[in-house]
This record gives sequence, structure tokens and C-alpha cells, in this order.
Amino acid sequence: MNGGSNVTAAFAAELGLTQEEFERAVAILGRAPSLTELGIFSAMWSEHCSYKSSRIWLKTLPTTGPRVICGPGENAGVVDIGDGDAVVFKIESHNHPSFIEPYQGAATGVGGILRDVFTMGARPIAILDSLRFGSPLHPRTRHLVSGVVSGIAGYGNCVGVPTVGGECEFDPSYDGNILVNAMCVGLARADRIFYSAAAGPGNPVIYVGAKTGRDGIHGATMASAEFGADAGEKRPTVQVGDPFTEKLLIEACLELMAGDAIVAIQDMGAAGLTSSTVEMAGKGGLGIELDLDRVPVRETSMSPYEIMLSESQERMLMILRPGSEADARTIFTKWELDFAVIGRVTETGRLVLRMNGTIAADIPVEPLVKGAPLYERPWRRRDPAPEIDPASLPDRDPVACLQRLLASPSLASKRWLWEQYDYLVMGNTVKRPGGDAAVVRVAANGKALALATDCTPRYCRGDPTRGGAQAVAESWRNLTAVGAKPLALTDNLNFGSPERPEIMGEFVGVIEGMREACLALDYPVVSGNVSFYNETNGSAILPTPVIGGVGLIADASDAVDLALKGDGNALILIGQTSGHLGCSLYLREIEGSRAGPPPAVDLAAERRNGDFVRRAIRAGYVAACHDLSDGGLLAAVAEMAMAGGRGVVLDSPPAELPRNAFLFGEDQARYVVETADPTALIDAARAAGVPARVIGTVGGVALTLSGAGAISVDALKAIHEAWLPSFMTQG
Amino acid sequence: MRAVVVIFPGSNRERDLCAALALVTGHEPVRVWHRDATLPEADLIVLPGGFAYGDYLRCGALAAHSPIMRGVRERAANGTPVLGICNGFQILTEAGMLPGALLPNRSLRFTCRDIHLRVENNQTIFTCGYGAGQTIKVPVAHHDGSYTADPDTLDWLEDRGLVAFRYCGPAGELAEEANFNGSARAIAGILSDSRTILGLMPHPENATDPLLGSTDGRAFFDGLVGALQ
Repeated sequence: MNGGSNVTAAFAAELGLTQEEFERAVAILGRAPSLTELGIFSAMWSEHCSYKSSRIWLKTLPTTGPRVICGPGENAGVVDIGDGDAVVFKIESHNHPSFIEPYQGAATGVGGILRDVFTMGARPIAILDSLRFGSPLHPRTRHLVSGVVSGIAGYGNCVGVPTVGGECEFDPSYDGNILVNAMCVGLARADRIFYSAAAGPGNPVIYVGAKTGRDGIHGATMASAEFGADAGEKRPTVQVGDPFTEKLLIEACLELMAGDAIVAIQDMGAAGLTSSTVEMAGKGGLGIELDLDRVPVRETSMSPYEIMLSESQERMLMILRPGSEADARTIFTKWELDFAVIGRVTETGRLVLRMNGTIAADIPVEPLVKGAPLYERPWRRRDPAPEIDPASLPDRDPVACLQRLLASPSLASKRWLWEQYDYLVMGNTVKRPGGDAAVVRVAANGKALALATDCTPRYCRGDPTRGGAQAVAESWRNLTAVGAKPLALTDNLNFGSPERPEIMGEFVGVIEGMREACLALDYPVVSGNVSFYNETNGSAILPTPVIGGVGLIADASDAVDLALKGDGNALILIGQTSGHLGCSLYLREIEGSRAGPPPAVDLAAERRNGDFVRRAIRAGYVAACHDLSDGGLLAAVAEMAMAGGRGVVLDSPPAELPRNAFLFGEDQARYVVETADPTALIDAARAAGVPARVIGTVGGVALTLSGAGAISVDALKAIHEAWLPSFMTQG
Repeated sequence: MRAVVVIFPGSNRERDLCAALALVTGHEPVRVWHRDATLPEADLIVLPGGFAYGDYLRCGALAAHSPIMRGVRERAANGTPVLGICNGFQILTEAGMLPGALLPNRSLRFTCRDIHLRVENNQTIFTCGYGAGQTIKVPVAHHDGSYTADPDTLDWLEDRGLVAFRYCGPAGELAEEANFNGSARAIAGILSDSRTILGLMPHPENATDPLLGSTDGRAFFDGLVGALQ
């Protein structure tokens, strides 16, 4: 063993291992680790790979259900959608690299999540991106938006997978730590799912894809620490993406997967060859021996340490049935990709790495995996914020307020951004970006999937438990609003440092709320990702648990959208309105206040109202539907009017509430529905115990508030579309 | 009607195109890999959209030198119709089978959206499904779609009726803002002098199903398949 004598606890600390973790590694090996071994321990025990601060809490989330084929723990979640089909999906963050190098950081985020999905045997059919940037006034924000969006576009467009949805918001808490969460959804045959557990001692271990270089070394460790003043110096830890190679890798892997050559397969994501090898061996309870001299490299004189910790992109590790190597090689050669037998599965339970005739590492796999540290970090709940009395706020002109909200960075149209994504390629995009959820057809049999990402971080700061529940409920509601039955979700939990009790308290609260909502809505978590240490110089991001939801529509032609369809139709408000303005967008943008608790989430009402809306859509009563969220009722109605290019006359608000609390309050479990048959819909709602009332009529060219002014839909559109393009062309 | 779709490494709209052709012909077209030295018999050769070879050089530049392109060129010279959409159009210009070049969009950004096209010449196998001067709505999805050529070439194309489609407004009007990518004379698609080769940037194959937003592309394939049957 080389190099062991130089490795000290002080050096281990530079790689992110604590003194105690270093001692644990020494105890596992029974000696000082070599440099390569230390690198492997530090990567596998990084927060990013080991979930050491989050695992005990993640275990409390519901992860099973009658349709769940595979929950968390594999590369992606798998859910049965009938007819022998399965949907495979996951969301993952690329926050730290995207802040350091926005184009490549975001591009490789897309590349990584695509691999997680096709590794399972699924053809990727959709990408969504949930983005959070700092204040538009921050000098770096424009550069970051531009780089991230073109990185996502550059990668997703080239691989030919449509980017159909997502979200983009701005808040000063992200000034030093932007969030780039990419979700990929794929389609597989339910009986042809591929897993990562190694099997069959003696079976060959195959490396395919791109060559290994010195890029992204220790990316996982970098993503497991907060930023200081030196963020810019971390650029060498960011990987470089090659979407063309990824496209070839998708086609080659899916071609090979049509046969029976593959025993197990794992992509090389964070911590590259290290985590893929260790995870495959660990899950199979076996050992793996690698001959690192055989790893295809693109640079000379790479050390075992560099080879094992490189995060070069577009690489996969496979275990094949003996004798199938030649056929597999033919496929990868056709697609002009590297294919190398680099090792074999063993019965030893040890990871043994050889290079240049010496042993660079020899680690027992089980203690490395199961002996990973597990922390129950101290956490502290925040005191709840006092309620806001809407009657205490000034009575302002609602039309002027609406204009300010629609022009605000949160609500302004994100068309500038999503028109840079190819959302049509593959020819199955039924509902395009800009609505509550995208709808993508499953071509073969007329089914469709509804897809959305959601989170309201200001709610999660205001009350983490309510915020966590609300994020899940809003995701469920967005899928419902297009007519889908929500199936399952993937979560991307973005937080500050778990070593601070108040941040850990946010995490614990959010998980509690998510758990309640998942259980109440039969909406399990099947995959996910945790991103801690999103803070700079002690200042953390808003807690941001992004929920990526997937729903099923039996017949794609039943899907509805938010665009108003016909003059004379009635608008009906579904759900109870109490005028809750705490933590609302109205309060923030109009009154300049972040005070108050977020709205309560009544999960029974959420389910009852949503189930009613979905039934009404299926029964054909619904011409258009929109869920109520940021900006409340008036923002939702305006969005429906703009999407349909039709006016609306809204009835006078009820007398018992302050006008703007009714118009802009953010009570949950609500929808606006357009229908040609209001009587039937109201009667059905009454029978179902669902609050419903007619609030206006479609028609004309203006949004008119009875007794409180009007504005033309064209003027609203101009305001709504102006902000982002104008922001991006300034400076 | 036997259509052959050429697949380059990095092609990514072949599925959309094959689906549109299958919708009209009732059978799947033949797919050919770019390394194949020989082309099967074909009534129509199609180069689909995508990013052949990643388009890391100029768009279409490497694909234009792919082994299969020798066969495509020979067949085209013998009169077999060739259709290049988006990246396929870029490849045809790089291969010298159509004049001019496709430069980055005026915005310097990839743009995916519905646009309007005016049918400038409906007396061809590719456009005979449309009326003369008809306006259609189809999507675009490209970064390098700004058609350019020297003024003499542009005049030659115009004089000989080789401009197939132009970007226009919803009522067919030519307008600066409708020419979103800044193409010379708002050109969206051109024909070879023989009128048997068409290159166009927009995607009629993504507008063939009412469920997906527009059916204005359907007549493109109906007309083409009808003319070749």
C-alpha cells in the first residue's frame, strides 16, 4: 500500500472528514488509509453521498403505495402506470456548481439526472427545471440567469428530450447560492427495470461512455460545504458536459437494454467511479476489483486518486453476463463510445483497486457503506409568526395592485426562459410550459403524464411545517388542475447548513409537513435529493423543498389548461376563501412586508376539492382550470384571461371580507374553473360538500372588477411579458 | 411510398418525423444509419432535425461529410426527392445541395415557439397540399436558423420561384417582428433548382395532431405523400 504514511487527520480535514470520521476510517481499515482510500472515504461520507444529516428524517416520509415499483434508494423512483408501462423519475440539484460556473453547472445537472433515469432502463421523455436566483438587483443575477438557462437549453435541446416545465423565482436569500434543480421523467416497461446491485462473482465490470479526465474532482465534497469568499476558486471542481456523447450513451444503453446482457448498471454521478463501484458492490453484498490501468482516460499520468474521484460526465458502469461482452462492445462501438472491461465482481466483499502493478486501495465495502456516519443534529423550532389582520392593511386600488404583481419577478411571465428550451421534440407535448402542469402523451396508448415542480419557500421560512405540507399540496393541486390523478413525487430538499440548529429545525419541520400531506393525499415520495450547505458567509437560503410531481391522465384528450375558452362561460371559485394575507405575495410586493404565518393547509379539504375538480374535468364540465397560489384569485383569473386572450367580468367581492384580502389572499385548496354549465357544477359541488360559487363571466377584451375598475387583457399581457426580457437586456 | 430517414449520431427529431410520415402513409419509414455505405431504394429521402455530431463545428458541417451523404447526393442528382428539416436543412446547405447558409438567430438564443409561414410556391411536390399564399402555423425549434446568401443568390432564388416558405404574421403579412430569426428576405425554406430538394427550418412534423396544438403541418405530408404515390 502506497502513501499511507503521509495521510493525517489534518489532511483528511481538508477533504471534509472530521477527526472522528477519520478515526472511524482508520478503524475500518485497521491502518492508516492510502491517499486513494482517504479520497474514497471522504467522498462516500460527504453529506452529498451519505445523507448523514438527513437520513434519520427522510426515513419518516411515506415511500410506498399500490403503484410504487421502486422507491428511494435506486437511481430513480419507478411507478406503475398500467398497460405494462412504468414512469421513472427523479429530481436532483446542481446548486453549488451552477453558482460557480452557471453554464456547465446547469448543463451537467441536466446530464446527470438524465443518466439517473435511463440507467433504470427508461427512455427520458421530459425534463423540468426548478430555478431560484438572487435579487434582480444583485450584480451577478443576470449573468447567472443567462448562464443557467443557456446551459439547460444547450444540454437538453441537444439530447433531444423536451424541457416541458419548471419554475423560476428570485429572492435575495439566493444571492450567494442559486438553486438549479433538474427533474427527468422517463418511460419504461414495468418488467424491464434495471437495478444497480452487483451480482455474480466473476462477472465482468464494464466502463462505457466518455473518457475520464481531471474535471470535477471532489465535486461531491465541494457540494457538501458552504461557500466562503473563495467560491470562484472552486471552478476546477465543476464538470464539463457533452450532450452529444450523452445522446449517444442513451441510445447505446437502451439498445443494449433491449437484450439480456446487463446484470446491473449504475451511472457515474457525484463521486464518479468511487460511488458507482461502492454502491453496486454494497447493494449486492459483494466485492469489486478494478484494474485502473484499463480505465479510458483523456489525460496522461492520472493517479488512482484522480481516476476514482473524477466527475467527468457521460460515463456508466455495468456488470454484464459473462460471454455477452462482444455483443455489448459492438453496440457501443457503433455509437462511437468507449467500452472497456475494467474489473470483475468478487466474493471478497472488498473494493480492491490496482494500478501500475500496485494496490492503490483495499477497503471492506460493507463498513464503508453501512458504517457511514449518521447524525441526529440538534434542531430548534422557530416561534410562529403572529397572524395578520387584513382589515389593518390599507384599501388599495386592486387593478393597480394586480399590475404590480404581474410585473413582479415572481409572477412575471417566464416565456423568455422557456422559449429557449425545445419543449416539443419527441412530438408528445400536449400542454406546453406556462400552465399549472405540463402534459406529455405516452404515445402508444393515448395516456398522458402531468408533470410539475412546486415550492413556496417564503411559506417554508414562515412556518416550515405548513410550508412543507403546502409544497406537496400545491404540487398535487397543479396536477389535478390539468385533470391528472397525482401518482407520486420526487423531492429536492434545498437548505442551509445542517450544523446550525435553526436550519435543521427548518428541515425537520418541512419533513413533518411533507409527511402529513403525502399521507393525506396518497402521494408517496419515490426518489429525491438533499442539498445542504446552501449558504454563504453564514447567510442561508430560504428553505426550499422542491416537489416534482407526476400524475396520470387516462386519456390525453381529457387534459385541460388555464386558457379561457368561450365568451359567456361562467367562472367558478372552488374552495373556501378566508382572505389569508400572511406571507402572501401581495403583502411582500405591495406592502413590503414578509410578516405573518403562511396559510393553513387543510388536507381533508385539499383532497375533497381536488377530487371534485378532477371528476368534473373528466365529466367534461370544465373548459379551463387554474389552481390558486401566488397572488391569489385575481392573479389566477388574470392568468386565465391572458392565456385565452379573453376578458372577464368579475362580480363584486363578498362584503364580509376586505376587498383585497378576497382578491389576493392565498388560502389553499382552491381552483378557478371555467364552465358552460355553472348550475350543474355548483349542484355537484354542493352534493360533494365542496364550497363553490360563481365569481364572474367570460367575455369582452378587458378584465373588469365590478365597481373597482378595469384593464384590457392586452395591457395585462404587455405588463406580464415585459419584465424578464427587459431585465435580461439591461446592463 | 417508401421514405428513408437518415439518422446521424445526434439526430433527435427522427421520431417526430417518422410519426408524421407513418400517420399519412400508414407505415413506418425506413431508418438508415449514417455509416451505411448504401442507401436502400427510396421515393423520398429525409434528413431530420437534431444536432448531428453535436454541431460542435458549424451546424451540419460534419454530417455533410458522413459516408451516407455520397449516396444521398447521387440519388438527389437522379431526381429522388430530398427533404431536410432544421438540422437537415443545415446539412443540405453544408453539403452544397442547397445554396446559402444558416447563421445564429438574431437573438443569439435558441427559440422554440409557434410561428406563421406563408406558402410562397405551392407548385412543388412538397407544398402542393397548400393553397398559393396560404398562411400556416407551425413550430420552430432552433438556434441557427437565420438564412443567408449573397444578393445574387437571393435574387436567383426569388426569380426562379425557389423560395418555398417565408416567415410572416398571423394574416400572412411580412413584418420585421415576424421574421424572428432575422433570415434574409424572411426565408424559412428553399428549393433546389430542380424543385426536388427542400430545406426548411420550421417543423411541420410537430403540427400534425390536434392534441398537440396545430394540424397545419398535416397538409405538408398529405401533399408530399400524395404527389409521390
